[in-house]
Amino acid sequence: MKYVDEYRDRAKAEILRREIEALAAGIDRADGRPIQIMEVCGGHTHSIFRYGIEGMLPKSIELVHGPGCPVCVLPMGRVDDCVAIAERPGVIFTTFGDAMRVPGSKKSLLQAKADGADVRMVYSPMDALDLARRNPDREVVFFAIGFETTMPSTALTVLQAEREGVKNFSVFCNHITIVPTIKAILDSPDLQLNGFLGPGHVSMVIGTGPYEFIARFYRKPMVIAGFEPLDVLQSIWMVLKQIKEGRCEIENQYARIVPDAGNAAALSAVGRVYELREFFEWRGLGSIDHSGVKIRDAYAHFDAERRFAVPNVKIADPKSCQCGEVLKGVLKPWQCKVFGSACTPETPLGALMVSSEGACAAYYQYGGVKRRSETSVRVGAV
Amino acid sequence: MNVASFMQKRPRGKVHVPTVTLAHGGGGKAMKDLIDDVFVAAFDNPLLAPLDDQARLELAALAGHGDRLAFTTDSFVVDPLIFPGGDIGKLAVCGTVNDLAVGGAVPRYLSCAVIVEEGVPIDLLRRIAGSMAQAAREAGVAIVTGDTKVVNRGACDKMFIVTTGIGTIRADIDLGAHRAQPGDAVIVNGVLGDHGAAILCARGDLALQTPIESDCAPLHDLITEVLARAPDTRFLRDPTRGGVATVLNEIAEASRVEIEIDEAATPLREEVRGFCEILGLDPLYLANEGKIVAIVPPEEAPDALAAMRAHPLGADASVIGRVIHGEAGRVAMRTVLGGRRVVDMLVGEQLPRIC
Repeated sequence: MKYVDEYRDRAKAEILRREIEALAAGIDRADGRPIQIMEVCGGHTHSIFRYGIEGMLPKSIELVHGPGCPVCVLPMGRVDDCVAIAERPGVIFTTFGDAMRVPGSKKSLLQAKADGADVRMVYSPMDALDLARRNPDREVVFFAIGFETTMPSTALTVLQAEREGVKNFSVFCNHITIVPTIKAILDSPDLQLNGFLGPGHVSMVIGTGPYEFIARFYRKPMVIAGFEPLDVLQSIWMVLKQIKEGRCEIENQYARIVPDAGNAAALSAVGRVYELREFFEWRGLGSIDHSGVKIRDAYAHFDAERRFAVPNVKIADPKSCQCGEVLKGVLKPWQCKVFGSACTPETPLGALMVSSEGACAAYYQYGGVKRRSETSVRVGAV
Repeated sequence: MNVASFMQKRPRGKVHVPTVTLAHGGGGKAMKDLIDDVFVAAFDNPLLAPLDDQARLELAALAGHGDRLAFTTDSFVVDPLIFPGGDIGKLAVCGTVNDLAVGGAVPRYLSCAVIVEEGVPIDLLRRIAGSMAQAAREAGVAIVTGDTKVVNRGACDKMFIVTTGIGTIRADIDLGAHRAQPGDAVIVNGVLGDHGAAILCARGDLALQTPIESDCAPLHDLITEVLARAPDTRFLRDPTRGGVATVLNEIAEASRVEIEIDEAATPLREEVRGFCEILGLDPLYLANEGKIVAIVPPEEAPDALAAMRAHPLGADASVIGRVIHGEAGRVAMRTVLGGRRVVDMLVGEQLPRIC
């Protein structure tokens, strides 16, 4: 398939693998610790597992699977709010497929649907707006979720609804922003990361500028990476090269998609529709300042939070969950006390077991039992 | 004149209204007319014709074909009823025929129970019955008994069909999921995921236009050819819901072996690949309705592959992997990139990823 197969070429992957091996061997690891590189984005996590990239890397490199799966980091209280809206008579609640299975404190949207709520899977907020046009006697609510990648499409849909004067459409806004979250991770005292693979599609919207502080103040290299396996391998190579040469820069491997200045039209829509929340609660990471957005007063009538009374109850993460440590790279998924026992993809306790892009779910599904034990021996021996 | 031949000669009832109503399920003349006009007319065969409460099958005739009966049932609730490459009727016959055939059985007789929602057009029912009859002819089976129920609007989604099948198994055939051994080849008879992708597209909510058609087809003939050329074949299974990944996991578990598949050797239609790329789906978990997974000892693998490729339903057959020692119960994949990953059972339904 054109523009796909070129980025999955086995011979080129082998060349990159050898280059990475050589580069890693030349990096001085005085403390004997592995070089830890965090891929921030869930899409990268998925690619890494889907293509078996981790197993191709030398043992001296450890990939840490970051917080960039918006489904995973959604707190239980917000899912409860979704269910409460979805269960109101007359509501058609629309959601991306991924979010259907995320557990709330009592039930997921999938269970709410089975109990009679009208929950429908859509592929775009525009599909939800279309449902609203076709069902003028129903309240259609779109469950807006995701980082800057999906934020513009929700904003443009709100602007379109405003232009058309659609009255029965609203958005339950759970959009989150990546930069404050990376900062929160960098501020954590037990952090050991040596570099980052930066999010590709978020950067397509926001550009490369917002990451500069990572290089300048925290002295960590970051390479904005594409999602095909060769993109990921090349970006790992670029991070290693920075480490080897003692550079800390924001580099852009994904230049075919990511312009350094971002996308002006998308940013303008985002600026018109949303404003920053003072703080937003993340599953596994707790409350992070300025890490979420809400709908501005000018568009209040499209804001489901204001339109419907939602319970808005904060539900603490289960105590046994160690998602926070896994997110920061302090623990590997299988080192968590409940991984694979109390916490599985069927009955997820923690954020990272929820979506296929969550690190724990990816390990569980693609990693397999033997690989886990092999890898834990490896880590123990370092 | 005996009763059976009298019944065969009795005048057939006719339906004169355009849609199914509750009256057609009432047990009276309207129901008899519907059964006569739609089902008996389409399925026409001497075992069905008496319309008794049961079909009576001669044991001696069946016993001549083997030493065991295969007996299976399946229900069909597909939405939409008509999709590119088939409809619920064709699916209901092929599905049960294939469930018999993968056990090494020659399919002989089917039953057909139809649950219809009031308001369904009679012509739609005729079309579905017609495609059941055609699929049965192609598969060499007779639909010999049946049942029709009509339910209130909303109590079912237009139409559900349940088919039950009986087949005969030759004494020398012994297939089992527990029989896979290290060294065996894993063979499929063609491109994977067509049915699942076709149904998802046909539902229309993806706004994707694709030329993908369901692969729905009766596999008994292909299987007969494979078993003739590769008589030591260990196991056959049709990878329907859950796809090839699920079937391989079941085999690895039952035989306490590991199975390794090669992503580069897995046959996929370009359109299905593209469809899966866009939606973030894994084709290994998509349903097939005209495919088999065959576990064949290495010495017979070339013959099994040749038998498939010589058959119209197996032109794209391919060896997609091997049974290996390794970890019992695990299915692994050598990825196109050269990496290795686990291919696990699916937890729930495949849900598209958001980004």
